[in-house]
Amino acid sequence: MSNLIKDNAIVADEWTRVTPPVLGEETVRKQAGKVVLFKLTGEETFTAEQIAATQIPEGKVLVPFTVWQANKDKLASRVAQGEVGLLIATHEAIEDVMAEVKDINAFALVAVYVERFADGRIFSIGNLLRTRYGFKNELRAIGDVLRDQLFFLKRSGFNSYLIRADRNAQEALHSLKDFSEPYQGAVDIAQPAWRRTNR
Amino acid sequence: MYKYDAIDQQLVNERVAQYRDQTNRYLAGELSEEEFRPLRLQNGLYIQRQAPMLRIAVPYGMLSSKQLRKLGAIAKRFDKGYGHFSTRQNLQLNWPKLEDVPEILAELATVEMHAIQTSGNCIRNITTDQFAGVAPDEVIDPRAMAEVMRQWSTFHPEFALLPRKFKIAVSGTEQDRAIVQAHDIGMEFYQDAKGQTAIKVWVGGGLGRTPILGTVIREHLEWQHALTYCEAIIRVYNLHGRRDNAYKARIKILVKALGIEEFKQQVEAEWLHLKDNPNTITQAELARVGQHFEAMPYENLPAHDASFDSAIASNPAFAAWVKRCVHAHKQAGYRAITLSLKPHGHAPGDITSEQMAVVADLADAYSFGELRASHEQNLILADVKLSDLFPLWEKARAAGLATPNIGLLTDIICCPGGDFCSLANAKSIPIAEAIQMQFDNLDYLHDIGDLELNISGCMNACGHHHVGHIGILGVDKDGSEWYQVTIGGKQGNDASIGSVIGPSFSAEEMPGVVQRLIEVYIQERTAEERFIDTVRRIGVPPFKAHVYASKETSNV
Repeated sequence: MSNLIKDNAIVADEWTRVTPPVLGEETVRKQAGKVVLFKLTGEETFTAEQIAATQIPEGKVLVPFTVWQANKDKLASRVAQGEVGLLIATHEAIEDVMAEVKDINAFALVAVYVERFADGRIFSIGNLLRTRYGFKNELRAIGDVLRDQLFFLKRSGFNSYLIRADRNAQEALHSLKDFSEPYQGAVDIAQPAWRRTNR
Repeated sequence: MYKYDAIDQQLVNERVAQYRDQTNRYLAGELSEEEFRPLRLQNGLYIQRQAPMLRIAVPYGMLSSKQLRKLGAIAKRFDKGYGHFSTRQNLQLNWPKLEDVPEILAELATVEMHAIQTSGNCIRNITTDQFAGVAPDEVIDPRAMAEVMRQWSTFHPEFALLPRKFKIAVSGTEQDRAIVQAHDIGMEFYQDAKGQTAIKVWVGGGLGRTPILGTVIREHLEWQHALTYCEAIIRVYNLHGRRDNAYKARIKILVKALGIEEFKQQVEAEWLHLKDNPNTITQAELARVGQHFEAMPYENLPAHDASFDSAIASNPAFAAWVKRCVHAHKQAGYRAITLSLKPHGHAPGDITSEQMAVVADLADAYSFGELRASHEQNLILADVKLSDLFPLWEKARAAGLATPNIGLLTDIICCPGGDFCSLANAKSIPIAEAIQMQFDNLDYLHDIGDLELNISGCMNACGHHHVGHIGILGVDKDGSEWYQVTIGGKQGNDASIGSVIGPSFSAEEMPGVVQRLIEVYIQERTAEERFIDTVRRIGVPPFKAHVYASKETSNV
């Protein structure tokens, strides 16, 4: 049974997530922050060796940003065929990602990976991808994705959600409808309540 | 005050259903402790020492008599018959059962109330001046904007899981009474040179472990952009605030790390994209909300009332109450009054179900059926006729709500502390009670005059100790409870953070320590000086010398 919700229904997942291999002992390295101290929040990032050793299979693949970056030319034709999805982690600065990506709509899928459900950066990233960078295709939340975040994810521009494997996606569907008339304008409903109806 | 329409009511009803389902899933083991935690916290439910604690939202402190009666009934049915008003103008119940909370929320929804975002890492209850709409020094009544902001911040999808809690205060007076400088965002409304409402925006203030007063990020913001500008600030914070260390996760740490100039530049760059989006407030929407806050139907009254004047002249106890608990009003012949929740020897801010019913009756009889909670943890009836003050006082006094100590040493701001709160390092209520008993003589108390004494049981600073003229902080030293004392803190336009006077004290020493601080003040003060003025003029050393000199003597 698939645990993927897309546009309010459970669907089969056609995408294979590409994960760099674990090499020897040295698997964890703090993100080398080119920015400043507070960006160093301890998330795991892939080493150059890991990225180089990553195997990308055939078919539709969801590729981490850094892996795509290293294989940009090789993957170009597959991107054009709609076979490559871009995977961004919440700790990767979206403006840096977008500086590398010429045309975000070339990707049939963009997924944002959230390591812990309490990491609300995913909402801002979703919002920016839709409103600032004009992404129109499937926007998926993956990782520690639980039903009580779905309503907020939907309002932040996501339209698909890979529910954590140990949870029931069927039940999670209910939470997409937690509230019928949200107050504020957001990505899904741009107008606030007082502009939508005559209050 | 604001009345719900169908959209508001549907939203709180749906919230009850959502939270009922979340509680059921938790009780059925489908949600782990860790997963349920942010859900219950965003609904104001803490797991405490004795029992859970439920914090009920009182938006910007406004309550109707009907709501207060309901709160009293809830406290009676689901708790031990009392509640506690907090420094965020909310009401806390100390003993509800976790399983009962959905039912409590359903009861609250019947009177247009909820517990949404009263805790957790999200935008909290927006606070303001308890005299909003009636204060003579008010330039702009901030309540309509506070309500617009309440709705905008309720279940704001992008800011549902911030790095840490986020507190906003708004104020529209010349003399700040909302401590806007001690908030993540403080908004000070004023009239600009063109006669338009404008906002001075402060950012990065906060008490807690690292007390910092806010910095002005924008001197002039047109009111229409209040929400989009907040969105810009909070988006920068949401993306870049630290998430690895809860103690360094507030926006103030980010502002300090970047420097205000860099932070401001990032916010302004973000705002260029957000400015004029549909959340931009229109005149029509502000007017729609504003009609709920129009002036009460006041009678045309003379500025003086003979019965009031003669009651003052003939009744010293009434006169003492009027001096401390009655406040000036915009409208001739009317006054705002404070009902003290600080009777000596009781937990500050606590109120019984019976007292809530009395206050609701008083509000109905004398103040258009409305009241407010203050961040100093008292209740306010904002629109009372001069001629009604005496009968009101008699009834309030009979209910133990007329201690004439507002603004005095025993009007202590105090968190629930170690008796209830699982975060606390030390108890705070017994310290407050002991100090109140030490200064139980009303004449002496009035002679000491204006003095704000604030107590927090830990560095999270719910008791605002940093901005108390005298601040007391509970600390843990090798597993026992000690108290660190600061002096010179102040709220208001000239806010300051207090200075630590020296090594901490035991609980038993505290009344004596406060006594000795007062002795220095009495000796050094000039005729016009309040305690805080004397501290600012002569500095900490004389106070420190006297307090620790007697400590050494007593130790010999």
